[in-house]
Amino acid sequence: MNNRSMIIFSVILIALITLGGFLPDWATFHITRSLGLGLVVLGLMLMLRAGLVSFGQALYYCLGAYTAGALMHFYHIKEALLLIPAGMLTSALLAAVLGALLANYRGIFFGLLSLAFSMILYGVIVKSSSLGSTDGFTLTSPTFFGMALGESSRYAVYITACVLTLISIWGLERYLRTPLGRLAPAIRDNEIRVEYLGQSVRNAVHIKYIISAALAGLGGALTALTVGHIDPEMAYWTTSGEFVFILILSGSQSVIAPFLGALLFESLRTYAYQEFPYVWQMVLGIAMLLVISFLPDGIWSLFKSRKAKPT
Amino acid sequence: MSSLASVFIDGIIYSSWLFIMAAGLTLIYGVMKILNMTHGSLYALGAYTAASFVGYWLNNGYPPLATYGVLLVAAIVVGIVAGAIIERGILRFMYGKHEVILLLVTYALFLILEDTVKLIWGVDSYAVADPYILLGNFKIFGLSYPMYNVLLLGIAILVGVGLTWLITRTITGKLLTAVIHDREMAASVGINVERFYTLTFILGAILAALGGAFTAPTVAIVPGMGVEVIVLAFAVIVIGGLGSLPGAALGALLVGIVRSASVHYWPEVELFSIYFVMALVLILKPKGLFSAPEARKI
Repeated sequence: MNNRSMIIFSVILIALITLGGFLPDWATFHITRSLGLGLVVLGLMLMLRAGLVSFGQALYYCLGAYTAGALMHFYHIKEALLLIPAGMLTSALLAAVLGALLANYRGIFFGLLSLAFSMILYGVIVKSSSLGSTDGFTLTSPTFFGMALGESSRYAVYITACVLTLISIWGLERYLRTPLGRLAPAIRDNEIRVEYLGQSVRNAVHIKYIISAALAGLGGALTALTVGHIDPEMAYWTTSGEFVFILILSGSQSVIAPFLGALLFESLRTYAYQEFPYVWQMVLGIAMLLVISFLPDGIWSLFKSRKAKPT
Repeated sequence: MSSLASVFIDGIIYSSWLFIMAAGLTLIYGVMKILNMTHGSLYALGAYTAASFVGYWLNNGYPPLATYGVLLVAAIVVGIVAGAIIERGILRFMYGKHEVILLLVTYALFLILEDTVKLIWGVDSYAVADPYILLGNFKIFGLSYPMYNVLLLGIAILVGVGLTWLITRTITGKLLTAVIHDREMAASVGINVERFYTLTFILGAILAALGGAFTAPTVAIVPGMGVEVIVLAFAVIVIGGLGSLPGAALGALLVGIVRSASVHYWPEVELFSIYFVMALVLILKPKGLFSAPEARKI
């Protein structure tokens, strides 16, 4: 990290932390949740840059959350700084295994196979009574560096989310500048040419998949600690649908966009749910159609430029 | 023995239902290359409309035996009205976009339709059991089954045979095959491709609504009933190979039998088993069982 980005990094972090101190509880909760979602979408964005859309990212989101939940529930580990990396790690490990398969798939089949995997996890959790079945289970508040913070634990989760988000943004920004990161648009445009240039597309996709799964696990564990409750719906296809929704909203041009998209989505959902409880999904659907039709910076323009070029 | 027989019979019954749902979905994908998520909403719309129509029919004292016709009419009405609105109103402006984008467009439409159903019918549950009870039961291998299930099987076979006949034996079907193989070429020899898209979508929508309408008497009709149907139908047509009708039939059979076997012998893995089969097939045969080989384009 050079000096300039170090300074920007610290300034934003301090600003966010101070801001969190003044905001009411619901607002910090809202932001923390959005950051959790944003982390998952950041991972999806990484895949999208290579032209791949996963309809099963909820798999890793749920796995991250359940890893944190199970550690707390069965092993009484309450340390947030252990639970969150644990969720991230299990997701990355599973992705290393499944990614070996998925790296061979493209387009709609990549999406559908990942969907199948996430539905398998959903099926497993729904039928396991030890994991709380369809009800899931409730988590107690975590400790930080061994300290139980009681009332202010929500604020601590918020700070953790801010720190992790900034690190992830910074890390991804760095990654996108490496040769491997720059390979993504090339894979999207024409992967056979990439192979002829001597790069393994399979490996590149596999690595991207693991990174995106780790981010989803991170987001899941964070959400588990924020909300304090986990249930199998987290692995259901509608959850994956929400992630893809946010992905469209934010597009793939910038690493910050997923977080703005997530914040917008959460706000839209909360607002629509309060104001029009019967038609909130309709509001989301219409918003999505509008974005797809009129926002060229979204995912649409990406695929359009691909079509326009001769292959 | 009797347990094996009941696994088989339950599987066949479930498969018929799955096939009715999957046939429309795979047809739409085959022709339009759209993985249509609104299929689940059309299914729900079919079920709700059928409940309303049958309720109206019986309340007015019309002959109960004709309710089967009413179910069919409900499906056709929903298919034509909703199908035409979706395709002409939204989808046709999206053609030419990437497959994944089209899928997301239908996802947005699915969200909109979910709430449309709630706006029209409210959030209470509906039930129309009359057509289900009316036919009575039959006995096979000492087990008693509702006769209604035979009707479902009959419809599934009729749908399969009818579609195959339509595609392979009629002029319309031949033109449709041309559209499937090469849209641009078909258009340049004078086939009205847009009209075929509209017709295909309406036909697919009717099939989805038909599935919903004939399921209506057997379940409680509640908001969100289409949500699970979508992934199930996806699983079936992916197993068979997207766009393949025999594939959809085989996929439906496979999923149906696997599900009923797991329900009988190992109920904990019921949901898991379906998606496990889906993943397994995709791993072993990446484009499904009945997929045509594709040339790589450099």
